Amino acid sequence: MSDFTPLSGLLGGALIGLSASLLLLGSGRIAGVSGIAAGALFSPGEGQRAWRLAFLVGLVAAGVPFVLLAPAAIEASPRPLGWLAVAGLLVGVGTRLGSGCTSGHGVCGVSRLSPRSLMATALFVGTAMLTVAALRFGLGAAP
Amino acid sequence: MSGGRDRTLLALGAGALFGVGLGVSGMTRPAKVLGFLDVAGDWDPTLLCVMAAAVGVHFWAYRWARGRSAPRLDERFFVPAGSPIDARLCAGAVLFGVGWGVGGYCPGPAIVSLAALRGPVLVFVGCMLLGMLLALLPRPGD
Repeated sequence: MSDFTPLSGLLGGALIGLSASLLLLGSGRIAGVSGIAAGALFSPGEGQRAWRLAFLVGLVAAGVPFVLLAPAAIEASPRPLGWLAVAGLLVGVGTRLGSGCTSGHGVCGVSRLSPRSLMATALFVGTAMLTVAALRFGLGAAP
Repeated sequence: MSGGRDRTLLALGAGALFGVGLGVSGMTRPAKVLGFLDVAGDWDPTLLCVMAAAVGVHFWAYRWARGRSAPRLDERFFVPAGSPIDARLCAGAVLFGVGWGVGGYCPGPAIVSLAALRGPVLVFVGCMLLGMLLALLPRPGD
């Protein structure tokens, strides 16, 4: 556990929970990043596009101070480019079929104790762990 | 409509706060996320702390919201109805999990990382958006 950083993890997690809470109590919306991204770009819902685009702009804007002041905080994935292309397709298709990702199911849905989100979170965390193990033992790809 | 403008500004601030949280917690470093998923290796439980704190805060916000008839800036809450667990949900979660394990990116950290304008994250996000579009195409029978 050489890279375990519990305090910054708890602090960052609390900020994420606070963000989701502001969005829920302020606008009644769920802070699910995959749904917000897909909705902003691909579904024409009347009056639903502006807030979603704004949320995405906020996410990217949050990266800027890290890039300028603490560049080590935003790293590129160690995986090969071809793997990232496949991973992107799977994440895109999977989060739309499954109606959510780590934020919408993992944070918001788990906080509501939603059975669907609890099931989805257990499945995607479990599958991701199995995938990393399979790549480690099958292809010798230690992350 | 000023309600719409207020909601847009709130979403901008919430997105920024969410992104700062991801950056502070180390979740914009895919190697660290993969370190959590790599239970057979040098396991890094940080992601568990991130989830626990986020859920710990939002759990109470949701309970507070349940006691209200509407959010501050809109007429109602847009919280998903309690649909049953179905094959589509499970298949989607499994595909997402495989993709997460292959790449080390989930959607939030990947979008924050766009700020660095590096090739790997641009490839991931481009393919993720393509995957979303494919999944949203109307199918026969829908």
